[in-house]
Amino acid sequence: MAIKEMTYREAVRQAMVDEMERDPNVFLMGEDIGRYQGTFRVTQGLFNQFKQVRVLDTPITEPGIVGLATGAAMVGLRPIVEMMTMSFSILALDQIINHSAKVHYMTAGQACVPLVIRGPGGAANQLSAQHSHSMEGWYAHVPGLKVVAPAFPADAYGMLKTAVRDDNPVIFTEHPTLYGVKGEVPVDMDYLVPFGKANIVRQGSDISLIAYSKMVHVCLEAAEKLAGEGIQAEVVDVRSLLPLDVETIYASVRRTHRAVVVYEDWRSGGFGAEIAARIGEDCFDDLDAPVGRVGGLNVPMPYARVLELQCIPNADDVIAAVRKAGL
Amino acid sequence: MAQPAELTIEESPAVLEELYRQMLFIRHFEEKCNQVYRMGKAGGYLHVYIGMEATAVGWLSMLRKDDYVITAYRDHAQALLMGDDPVAVMAEIMGRRGGTSRGKGGSMHLYDIKNNFFGGWGIVGGHIPLGAGLAFGSKYKGEDRVTLNFLGDGASNAGVFYETLNMAGLWDLPCIFLIENNEFAMGTRLEYHAANVELHRKGYPFGIRHERMDGMDVLAVRKAARRIIDYVRTEQRPYLVEVMNYRFAGHGAADNDQSLYRTPDEVEAAKARDPIRLLERVILDQGVLTQEQIEAIHAEIEDQVQDIYEKADAMPFPDPEEVYDNVYTDMEVEKGH
Repeated sequence: MAIKEMTYREAVRQAMVDEMERDPNVFLMGEDIGRYQGTFRVTQGLFNQFKQVRVLDTPITEPGIVGLATGAAMVGLRPIVEMMTMSFSILALDQIINHSAKVHYMTAGQACVPLVIRGPGGAANQLSAQHSHSMEGWYAHVPGLKVVAPAFPADAYGMLKTAVRDDNPVIFTEHPTLYGVKGEVPVDMDYLVPFGKANIVRQGSDISLIAYSKMVHVCLEAAEKLAGEGIQAEVVDVRSLLPLDVETIYASVRRTHRAVVVYEDWRSGGFGAEIAARIGEDCFDDLDAPVGRVGGLNVPMPYARVLELQCIPNADDVIAAVRKAGL
Repeated sequence: MAQPAELTIEESPAVLEELYRQMLFIRHFEEKCNQVYRMGKAGGYLHVYIGMEATAVGWLSMLRKDDYVITAYRDHAQALLMGDDPVAVMAEIMGRRGGTSRGKGGSMHLYDIKNNFFGGWGIVGGHIPLGAGLAFGSKYKGEDRVTLNFLGDGASNAGVFYETLNMAGLWDLPCIFLIENNEFAMGTRLEYHAANVELHRKGYPFGIRHERMDGMDVLAVRKAARRIIDYVRTEQRPYLVEVMNYRFAGHGAADNDQSLYRTPDEVEAAKARDPIRLLERVILDQGVLTQEQIEAIHAEIEDQVQDIYEKADAMPFPDPEEVYDNVYTDMEVEKGH
């Protein structure tokens, strides 16, 4: 195993290279991923390395792409579908929810769908209302799918490799603002980060900040600021929404007795509401304050930077929720 | 359209009898399904293949054992012809634990993956790219399988159909898109749902060979099917066929007022080309079977279907615990409400 410093983007790419080298049935398809090297350059160099058909440029037809990948997966291939942005996966909802997610159940186990759908999810920089969706909560609602949203390069690397080797359809969300984030990555063919395991990324005794993807970094920033005034916030990186590691979340809440759940998706009905409800149901006696939620504003994402920033939760929003929890 | 008398019969007497038995078996099986539904022993949606038997029987009889087949929700005939156990098919329709999907799928979701039958899908047009994916898979692995991708005239308007035709044309997928044009998208007649009623022409913009053919005369179906399957297998390229057939039954078992979209006279006129009667005429003309033998086959198959029904009806319903099975290949789901 070699520890390498790399960006989140490079970690995702390295995971795909590993898995394509390991298994000839793994292939990559998506819009502009080959000759154009990917809109966010995640697939840079892969077309030259693996050639068509293993790196396949597709027409701009998300339902067709996901449907074709699902059929190919049913006969033993292991497609990785790149969504140019997860917002475009909305077009493919019928294929993802009505088809991919149902195959194993409807066939009573006769068939399975080893499919990964990955791409940037969340608001980037002034991409406005149609390109800024956080879709992971929508997918985490659907039995039959697995949904992960790693926050760090090492997790992106290890979880994508796990996703490719999984026999079930996996939604793998990368946040577009994380692609340039650097971190140490243990590059090894068999470095796998399991699904369903949350990670305590900062220890603290006063309150649990629970988040995934980009919001983990926002929580870390908030925790740093709070530390300056003597409040020790613990940050739980959920990493995997479905399956969800409630035990790690509950254990943290039982230590700190306070919790704020932070998510970029619309506050109302987002996945953070699910986490908050579970804490309320199962940790009620451990809580010294109601579970707080910080989510995106319930408006379509606006274009102007000042308005966009207003919509996306930041460290100050998290700190305000910590105050509301009595600290 | 070609009449049986004008055809050179290439099939041996044994093959003719087998085709006849297959169509008759489907007819009786489907009639039993309708009866089972009326008895309240099947629920949900149930769509029978009565009147369309020559299409599936003709095409599937020309496939190789390792070829792939996928269709929509009018799927009983394909499941039976691909080798699914008829008792398990009936049990699935009746929601029993012994069903092909252990009672999780029902009439619309029959599968027999080991025999290369991939369902069994309920969203109109939704399975079409999956079929292209099967063809993509076999081509990727360097195999020479053919995928037969059934869809209805209604599904040929779905956006994902055009997306799939484009990909199939672009990547030369060995997939036969078989539009079963039974002239109705549920209760909406062809001329009210398609801007161009020659549906086979939808292959043209994608550089896909296409043609319209008869789907009621099983011998004519087989002749065309052999030629097209050979082309797709050899060239590893797609093909689009519009097979003209007609369903004598309603759209589904719950379609209880067909007068809303067609007249009894129209159905009677179509029955002049009942695929079973057409083949029966050939069989009698050629002296393959006598009238008495044919009647004996009818009785035999009726008994067989009754036996299938009784065996399925004797099967238990699924256990409550089974509701959690097969959501994932490798993990349990949370239990309880």
